[in-house]
Amino acid sequence: MTTTAPPAPATRTPDAPVSARRARTRARRREHMACGVLMTPFLILLVAVFLIPVGTAVWLSFFSDDQPGLGFGPERTVFVGLRSYTAVLTDPTFLGSLGTVVLYCLIYIPLMVLGALALALLLDSGVVRLRAWAQLGLFLPHAVPGIIAALIWLYLYTPGLSPVVDLLSKGDITIDFLGVHTVLPSIVNIALWSNLGYNMVIFYAALQAVPREVIEAAVVDGAGPVRTALQVKAPLVRSSIVMVAMFTLIWAMQLFTEPMLLSQSSPMINSRFSPSMYIYDAAFTRNNYGLAAAASVILLLCTVALSYGVTRWTNRSQKEAAR
Amino acid sequence: MSADTLTAHRPRLLGRTAVNTVVGIAVLYTLLPVLWLVLAASKNRDALFSSNFFSLTDFSFVQNLRDLFAMDGGLYGRWYTNSLLYAVLGAAISALVSVACGYAFDKYRFAHKEKVFGLVLAAVMVPQTVLALPLYLMASATGVVDTFWAVFIPVLFNPFGVYLGRIFSQGYVPDEVLEAARMDGAGELTTYFRVSLRMLGPGVVTVFLFQLTAIWNNFFLPMVMLSDQKLYPVSLGLYTWNSSATVSPEYYPVVIMGSLLAVLPLILAFMLLQRFWKSGLTAGSVK
Repeated sequence: MTTTAPPAPATRTPDAPVSARRARTRARRREHMACGVLMTPFLILLVAVFLIPVGTAVWLSFFSDDQPGLGFGPERTVFVGLRSYTAVLTDPTFLGSLGTVVLYCLIYIPLMVLGALALALLLDSGVVRLRAWAQLGLFLPHAVPGIIAALIWLYLYTPGLSPVVDLLSKGDITIDFLGVHTVLPSIVNIALWSNLGYNMVIFYAALQAVPREVIEAAVVDGAGPVRTALQVKAPLVRSSIVMVAMFTLIWAMQLFTEPMLLSQSSPMINSRFSPSMYIYDAAFTRNNYGLAAAASVILLLCTVALSYGVTRWTNRSQKEAAR
Repeated sequence: MSADTLTAHRPRLLGRTAVNTVVGIAVLYTLLPVLWLVLAASKNRDALFSSNFFSLTDFSFVQNLRDLFAMDGGLYGRWYTNSLLYAVLGAAISALVSVACGYAFDKYRFAHKEKVFGLVLAAVMVPQTVLALPLYLMASATGVVDTFWAVFIPVLFNPFGVYLGRIFSQGYVPDEVLEAARMDGAGELTTYFRVSLRMLGPGVVTVFLFQLTAIWNNFFLPMVMLSDQKLYPVSLGLYTWNSSATVSPEYYPVVIMGSLLAVLPLILAFMLLQRFWKSGLTAGSVK
């Protein structure tokens, strides 16, 4: 390196030679060029499959195809203001789907975060045998695509096909896993099964990064393993907990694959079970683009608001913890 | 004294057993459904619905496999190839594009950088279902609806990959390397492709794996975009077959066998690339 180094400090002096300054601007320009080349492919995608679609969704939600007169004359697109939004927000099936997904989040997210964290803490406690194998086993469902996880569990819920239902019926227990009150917990179970191990690995990785001295200090101070786990380790991986909660929330709000598949076999799931199914139904079954777009925008706003809420809430409790 | 240590040890031993039991139950919970899939794939239709599921008398794994690839004129083979094409090619391009962009965010300065980055992060939050209808309309307008490209192009977009790329770039590529290369008179892009990209290798693999899983899982977009069954990925194909199974039960064994085969590529990918994604997960979560 030293052999090729140009007299760089000379360019910093105020009376730098013009050629050196020109070389520097040329270098800056080269950097800008390279930066542009590296970013352009992604930015094209950002515009083409993200910004324009979001813009289109918003635009569509304010317009509608109206047939003038008695259906005579050409169809034209007219500005309808908030009409689509009013239609969506007064539609009991949409509000029902929103209620379903909120209930789903309320059951699913705490179970997921606490379950994954508990398993990670147990694995990190150092008393688990065959730890690597246990981790691999827990992680396995992540490699099972969502639709196939739903298929497996659908078959496990189906009487006649399922050894679980058979076993239960031998013990005189009959549960209809796809009944009115059980269908939502059944869906939660599928999602939990798919993602528990994945989030456990994230928490475990974060726990491994906790300095060992901190834990040793806690043990020296007389904290037992349970107290160390709950009051020392868990607060230290707070940022991972927030991240997992956020991603789980964002994914949960999009609930679509599992109920869509289960709806093939359960009359308890209608075609507007979740907001995403409502949007699909409005856009591709009823061909009402304005309605679908308005529902999309509302779903988006709900997701953003809830994510913002999660970060605000964790920031505040973080400040309180610091006090 | 010995009595003292005994009483101190007993709860610990008890705790140890309890911990192992809890973890054991969790592992059974995650493993048994997969085991059921493997067992069910080796059963013929009658055995599938018989009450003693765990008997191995009606072993017809090979027959099911043959049925699967013969069903509906060998559609499953097409679906599998499609899925591999969408997922492997898509994830590879997506990973390279995202990491390059993340690297540029880390190493270069330009106006409104953090605002643009914020926009990228915001894109992570937007549900797929919100984008599906506009994407469908755009695809119809440009005539690519119901073609390979209608599914392939949107899955290349991976904003979380850019975020990871930036973090990996901070962690793996020291700024001094770039300084040294500039002093040597190497061009910026040459440096990226010859030096930086090699250092970013594990990061690229991680992003690749994330996106591979996402595309292999992809269900909503193909469902919206495709009507030609020959273009379906496995996920959508199995979905349609499962809906047929409610009317004609001969589809059940092939759906189960098809599901089993569809699980294999991701398991293989995760096992082969284990070294990389474990480090990737840490990088993503510690930040």
